Amino acid sequence: MRLRSLLLCGCLIAMPIAATAAQPPPSGDFVPVDETLPGEQIPALPLIATAYGFIWVVLLGYVWTIGRRLQKVESELAALESRGK
Amino acid sequence: MTRSTLVMLALAAGMFALAPWMINAAPNEATMGLVYKIYFFHMPSAWMFMVAAIASGIASARFLFLKRPSADGWALAAGELAVLFGAFTLVTGPLWARKAWGVWWVWDARLTSSLMLFMIFVAYLLLRKYGGPGSDKLGAGMALFGMANVPFIYVSVNYWRTFHPLTSVVPTLPVEMGIPLWYCVTAFTLLFIVLLRMRARLEHQRARVEALYLLEDES
Amino acid sequence: MMRAFFRVAWIVVKKDLTIEVRSLEILSTTIFFAVTVVLMFSFGLVVDGRPLNDVAAAILWVAIAFSGTLALGRTFERERHNDTLRALLLAPADRPALYVGKLAGILLLLALVELVLVPLVGLLFAAPIFVHGFHLVALLAGGTIGFTAVGTLFAAMLVRARSRDVLLPIMLYPMTVPVMIAGVRGTAALFQPTPDLAVAQFWIGLLGFFDVVFVTLALWTFDPVMTD
Repeated sequence: MRLRSLLLCGCLIAMPIAATAAQPPPSGDFVPVDETLPGEQIPALPLIATAYGFIWVVLLGYVWTIGRRLQKVESELAALESRGK
Repeated sequence: MTRSTLVMLALAAGMFALAPWMINAAPNEATMGLVYKIYFFHMPSAWMFMVAAIASGIASARFLFLKRPSADGWALAAGELAVLFGAFTLVTGPLWARKAWGVWWVWDARLTSSLMLFMIFVAYLLLRKYGGPGSDKLGAGMALFGMANVPFIYVSVNYWRTFHPLTSVVPTLPVEMGIPLWYCVTAFTLLFIVLLRMRARLEHQRARVEALYLLEDES
Repeated sequence: MMRAFFRVAWIVVKKDLTIEVRSLEILSTTIFFAVTVVLMFSFGLVVDGRPLNDVAAAILWVAIAFSGTLALGRTFERERHNDTLRALLLAPADRPALYVGKLAGILLLLALVELVLVPLVGLLFAAPIFVHGFHLVALLAGGTIGFTAVGTLFAAMLVRARSRDVLLPIMLYPMTVPVMIAGVRGTAALFQPTPDLAVAQFWIGLLGFFDVVFVTLALWTFDPVMTD
């Protein structure tokens, strides 16, 4: 279960990175004019998507693990307290 | 989880869900174009990273010198959040730099000092996890030293190199960019408080469980 | 009060020296380790028979940091062996005095290591170590004190911890980045064809400030951290 969710997270993170890497470099003779504007050779959108995607995925994962761990500890605590009485 | 934590968590989640629209509405920046929009998550992350590091240092000092046992849970929670927000800062930063500066990383003062502070807190978490018995005190000592070290790292790295936009950017930002920025800062602050409370509660409940087990063993 | 403090520190230093002089184990191994580190880096950083720019200063400080970690680890491993650190802590003495004693002992050890290391680097990399000898000594002293002040506290804290061998460098190196930057940049300024004394003095000042803050902080934290 944990391994699978880790793999899923990894894929989610890797996808936008792969998308960035897969962008063909502007090359040779046939270069559209609007792509060679100074400062615009690297598409910005995949970078932004990776940045926001990374934060979202990690945050959700983190909140989820804390919630689960908290639930486990609190049920253990409740069991202990009822046994103590 | 307490009710107030849940309410705050829902509020933070709502703010985060709305954030893309707020950021999308902001105009593009003249020289950096679209990519500067990473800024809206990058800068609040960096701020929360600093706040978490300072909170961990203060809680550690309380634990060490005032002998408040519960301060240890806060210190650990803040230390973990420092690593979390530090990771956000250090991942979004290079993605922005790739476009704005043409490289993923430069050995600039702020980048280097953030990386070093991040390393200190990763080491702190490693110590807490693998240090064995007594690592709460060792960790407190380390977080305290880490906090005291920040100005030194900053000065030394500053004299070594410099590149990054200055802090004076924030007050001079035009309104259309300022509103989404402050919106994101609020969302991140809220998120930081919620996560800190949840993580510290986890630690405190764990301590209670352990104490109860000890009590059972004795009787 | 002050006299008692330094007397305790002196007794700790004397104890450590007596043990070390008998076997010379830590001193000899640390010196040889430092020499090995210098050679290892030389193979990577000398191109076409000539060292790259500023390499001498960098190698010197990395060798100091590495051998310093080794010496710290070995010194406290010796204390752990027969649980003598616990005995020391139980003694009716000022805890900070114990720290100062340990610090002084390790500083003495590292000074001896540097006595071999600095001429070696000067020889192998044609670094002008005598031209501004006073500045170089100040940099070495400031850097070594800063590194060891943090290192002694951490090594002492880690004596009872698990996986202490790997935790010491992990904790110590990010914490002593300012010392490394100051040491390397200051020394590099001195080793230039025309030495830049103003730059060296700036770094010496920063090191001095760092030393004062971290020694004070360590004296202050040693007691609560070492209490069970």
